[in-house]
Amino acid sequence: MDEDLFATADEGAELTALRAALAGRADAAGLLDVAYRTVDSPVGPLLLAATGRGVVRVAFAREDHDAVLAQLAARLSPRVLRAPDRLEAAARQVGEYFEGGRRDFAVPLDLSLVSGFRRDVLGVLRGLGYGTTASYARVAGLAGNPRAVRAVGTACARNPLPLLVPCHRVVRSDGGTGEYLGGTDAKRLLLAMEAGSTSAGERGMVGP
Amino acid sequence: MSGPATSRERPAARPPGVEGRTGGDLEPFEAVVERHGALVLRVCRAVVGPDAADDAWSETFLAALRAYPSLPTGSDVRAWLVTIAHRKALDAHRAARRRPVPAERLPEVAAPEGPVPDPVRDERLWAAVAALPPKQRRCVAYHHLAGLPHAEVAALVGGTPEAARRAAADGIAALRRTWGREDGE
Repeated sequence: MDEDLFATADEGAELTALRAALAGRADAAGLLDVAYRTVDSPVGPLLLAATGRGVVRVAFAREDHDAVLAQLAARLSPRVLRAPDRLEAAARQVGEYFEGGRRDFAVPLDLSLVSGFRRDVLGVLRGLGYGTTASYARVAGLAGNPRAVRAVGTACARNPLPLLVPCHRVVRSDGGTGEYLGGTDAKRLLLAMEAGSTSAGERGMVGP
Repeated sequence: MSGPATSRERPAARPPGVEGRTGGDLEPFEAVVERHGALVLRVCRAVVGPDAADDAWSETFLAALRAYPSLPTGSDVRAWLVTIAHRKALDAHRAARRRPVPAERLPEVAAPEGPVPDPVRDERLWAAVAALPPKQRRCVAYHHLAGLPHAEVAALVGGTPEAARRAAADGIAALRRTWGREDGE
């Protein structure tokens, strides 16, 4: 009641402007530890998050963006703000990738969420070119441990930077698509798109 | 075999040194802004007036962001923000006193960009709030707006909880009287 007395009509617009300005000032003051934004894509809304070093996380909607942000707050820093500016290049390049005009991403990455063998696996994945695929076993060999096929599966399943680190290019030796953070439909769509197929939906129907 | 299979389902382990840290359970700061941003803006408007409210809001949240990682888990985030806003309001008042232009003046034109549906109503409200003695303004803002108990308000503005209660009650009564009379005319 008393609160409403002070709720002026332009409050929503003013708050939006204030929040945007806060993100800018926080960045300038070195207090923006994790910036994030969302972008729409053919595989659903994507969360993009970056530290001062580079993009640190890409998340699909099925991972629950709020839960992902809570994880980033716990693991990196609670100084997390919606700040689209820092992710402008990443968002633009993701858009270009889905439009078919981009085959490589040229944004700095922050791999601080991964360590050890998983990090080695991501290094191998970054060398898998657009339109190519490799089996989990082959990636294990390239990462220096041919027996660690399951560990490669784990590394892909926990890849904090899907799309930018192309874990979708890792498929099963028997020809199956394999699991994917964004769901198997999303993985089929990406592989079809990169193979130059216009029938992504049709391919999505193939296989069990 | 069950070990790796279950560990695969769990989220990645935290890096050493992060687990159990004080700030480990804090939600993203964006959620704090989302939940308390509007209330803090109203408190700032009531305490420093609409002109200086934007600056006070920005200073409050920037200071809060700076201190946020060391905020103990389970803290009353709203009371914490109001405390910071109070300090920033005092800073603004001290700075205003050094300037030749009075800080209490009302805007001739609505300050924010974009359409303001009822600037006349807003301007009259701020005139009524600005007419309150400073202590009443603060006690109204911190108790009636922010919901702080009188004891916590007293800790901020000085004096006893009973004095804070009386100042808040007098302030809100004066505000209703002024506002009601102007509204009825």
